[in-house]
Amino acid sequence: MPIDLKQLATDVVKRAMAGGAAAAECVVRQGDEFSSVVRLGQVETLKESGGRSMGLRIFFHANGGGEGGFRAASTHTSDFSKEGVEQMISGALALAKITSADPHSGLPAAGEFGQLSGDLALYYDDVYSLPTEERIAQARRAEQAAMSADPRISNSEGGSFDAATGNKILANSLGFVGEYRRSYCSLSAVPIAQQDGAMQRDFWYSVARTLAKLDSPESVGKTAAARTLRRLGARKVPTARVPVVFEPMVARSLIENIFEAVNGDSIYRGASFLAGRLGEQVAGENVNVIDDGTIPGGFGTSPFDGEGVPTRRTVVIERGVLKSYLLNTYTARKLGLATTGNASRGLAGTPGIGVGNFFLEAGDKTAEAIIREVPDGLYVTEFLGFGVNLVTGDFSRGASGLWIRNGELAFPVEEITVAGNLRDMFRNITAIGSDLEFRGAVAAPTIRIDGLTVAGE
Amino acid sequence: MTIPDQFFFERYGLAARDLEKYLAAALSAGGDYADLYFEHHYSSGITLDESLIKSASQGISAGCGVRVISGERTGYAYTDDLAPERILRAARTAAMIASGPAKQPIADLKQSPLRSDLYPVVSSPAADAGVAQKLELVLRADRAARAYDPRIFQVRASYAEETRRILVVGSDGSIATDLQPLARFNVFCIAKDESGSARGSAGGGGRVAQDYFLTEKTPEHFAKEAARQAIIQLGAQDAPAGEMPVVLGPGWPGILLHEAIGHGLEADFNRKQTSAFTGLVGRRVASEKCTVVDNGTLPSRRGSINVDDEGSPTQNTVLIENGILKGYLADKLSSKLMGIADTGNGRRESYEHIPMPRMTNTYMLAGDDAPEDIIRSVERGIYAANFGGGQVDITNGKFVFSASEAYLIEDGHVTAPLKNCTLIGNGPDVLTRVSMVGNDLKLDEGVGTCGKDGQSVPVGVGIPTIKVDWITVGGTAKG
Repeated sequence: MPIDLKQLATDVVKRAMAGGAAAAECVVRQGDEFSSVVRLGQVETLKESGGRSMGLRIFFHANGGGEGGFRAASTHTSDFSKEGVEQMISGALALAKITSADPHSGLPAAGEFGQLSGDLALYYDDVYSLPTEERIAQARRAEQAAMSADPRISNSEGGSFDAATGNKILANSLGFVGEYRRSYCSLSAVPIAQQDGAMQRDFWYSVARTLAKLDSPESVGKTAAARTLRRLGARKVPTARVPVVFEPMVARSLIENIFEAVNGDSIYRGASFLAGRLGEQVAGENVNVIDDGTIPGGFGTSPFDGEGVPTRRTVVIERGVLKSYLLNTYTARKLGLATTGNASRGLAGTPGIGVGNFFLEAGDKTAEAIIREVPDGLYVTEFLGFGVNLVTGDFSRGASGLWIRNGELAFPVEEITVAGNLRDMFRNITAIGSDLEFRGAVAAPTIRIDGLTVAGE
Repeated sequence: MTIPDQFFFERYGLAARDLEKYLAAALSAGGDYADLYFEHHYSSGITLDESLIKSASQGISAGCGVRVISGERTGYAYTDDLAPERILRAARTAAMIASGPAKQPIADLKQSPLRSDLYPVVSSPAADAGVAQKLELVLRADRAARAYDPRIFQVRASYAEETRRILVVGSDGSIATDLQPLARFNVFCIAKDESGSARGSAGGGGRVAQDYFLTEKTPEHFAKEAARQAIIQLGAQDAPAGEMPVVLGPGWPGILLHEAIGHGLEADFNRKQTSAFTGLVGRRVASEKCTVVDNGTLPSRRGSINVDDEGSPTQNTVLIENGILKGYLADKLSSKLMGIADTGNGRRESYEHIPMPRMTNTYMLAGDDAPEDIIRSVERGIYAANFGGGQVDITNGKFVFSASEAYLIEDGHVTAPLKNCTLIGNGPDVLTRVSMVGNDLKLDEGVGTCGKDGQSVPVGVGIPTIKVDWITVGGTAKG
């Protein structure tokens, strides 16, 4: 029997308040997923299921009133039975007795709630419209397109077609109730090529909120094959300090480091090299970084954030000057600022900070033009590992890609690292491409950075 | 049939004959094998930040996953509602992977030969059980970290524990249960002086009860370690760039084995011939000083389990013996398709996930060298005492791991601390350059979480002090 999840969330909030909470907030999530993997032409896995879960966050007034603020606790459950919900509520009420009063804790102020109106183009029921056989056929076609691209492609980790839908409900004791649905579908191929006894693997994918915007299986497969083939024969290069060009897939991970560094949680703890730098020049004048949770159809779009505050467009870096951190209610209060509507609410714990659609604004050069200007340098197509220290900005990650000689991609390279410091790296972005494309909530065009050390032989 | 843990039967009203009915539904379209995986997971945590207990949380998730194997195909479905009609629906969905006449599961369920002694039996605690003690643990860590050095200006300490109950029933008549506790303590510090800021972190635990943190590894132990790392980093200099000798300290640096060797030896990749280790069994992949095992049977370790998530007992599996590659880590599917032994490495993150071959505790056995001699043998290189995370591309064998505490070695002496840097190498040959192996094997303190195909599982690693004659160090300074 279908349960009215909005009603359920509102009831849970009411019952928490009846149990003595000063404020309460309930989140309910429900989702379905389908995934299919075809390997070497045969179905390898089929998975189809759905689930739901619910989380409660409550606040109690501090003892004696003198300290100010609230004590907070949270609980969650996947058990929607009467006993399951009751246990979640009573658990939260008990836990809140042990936490400390925190003057900055609590729900957003009454006037801050709200949600974007209009169609944000987040949900399309066509993601489930294909019969299972057709979904499998899409996965098979993506793999086949990769396998047939070149005889050196002799193996595969498969082609896949995935679809998912989910809805999220948020209700709180200040009267906010919101709900939104999102859909998702994706196609991918992971071919393996072999030459002289050495194997290389790469992949490509397309992801969209509607089938209508998904690339064809053939185009996904062909791109995957080309990306894999260009890695064959990769070698190490001597250690050198050279210009490095990052393709969009990896440039986006550098831009994500900016997000992590302006994340309010890191800022108030002093755990970011950008803490305390508002209004200062932190990047080159050619650098504009924006977070926009309102873009219709965006992978990071939602009508309200994890605390029920409307999402918005925030200019994070303008002409290289740090204009804004990204904040939720708690971190905003800690810093004496206003929330930027970036609260991200998991099931458990205090809300964190999440991106809307976070991107580096496009420049005017094509990727080819950027590569053409490099006499001797590295084109990075993949990072390996997580060697970024946001406290100091120290950056050192494994990489692979292609060597650039006289403005041309000359030969593949691997088993190297790229190292520098993020403080310098964002000042030394010497070219920005025009090829900005959203393949997720964080996006960047091709960029060139000077002054990095490539370690190899 | 006796089932040692009646939890699912009592809590959700399951009956033994229901299990047969679900398995029959799973095999209703044929299929070679089906299993049911019931899971009940309780977690709780408490976090101290800026000397305040900022959050306390707890949660429950429970459900059942149904898997059907037909040849190389796997069908999977799950439900978080354990009502009979929902489990039946999941079974019928998973069944669609096969196409043939219905098969009957073996009706006479037999308990798998089980170990049940690797960790203490911790019942699902009530909301307030041990809460006062948890509070005291994180408060002690805060005090100890701040007392370590006045330059420590931020401390975050957290304590998290979980209990996971599983019931795995296979169409081959196997049935297994386990109750798996897991606890972890973490401390994160930031130090600050006129030169800048630095971070340090430490943590540990295992399949232990809360008392472990009072008697074995105390909050002060982790707090001092996190603070020490942050203070050392304050004065760190740029790491060198290029190929050079690297001495790995004992314990967590065993993550080298996890990335360079372990993943590439998971049987699924070798069955599909997508691993750089494909076809290398019996060949030399390491110097003869290296013997590496994956051992899921160590008492109380984070990576240990009495039975894996397919109901098979875990084992101590030799991966490399005196430099020769001996075998792979297998689950039921690879065992059957490859004709190799099931090593009890079929693991999954939760009932929502399909099991696959995963590591447990992966470590190198001790050698004969004294750690001091190993360092003394290096003219110029680095000594890496601690690491952050790592990653591997199993197909071309390239792997990285990031040093979070490292020093220069100059003329046989450990000297200046270095900034964080990544080391990169090639899995199938990095261990051939291990020229010295210490007599000081140490296992990590219980912090590892391994990710594969989007699934996380707790693991352990370990290694004695070793010398790698050269590997690429990803710093910025002249080597």
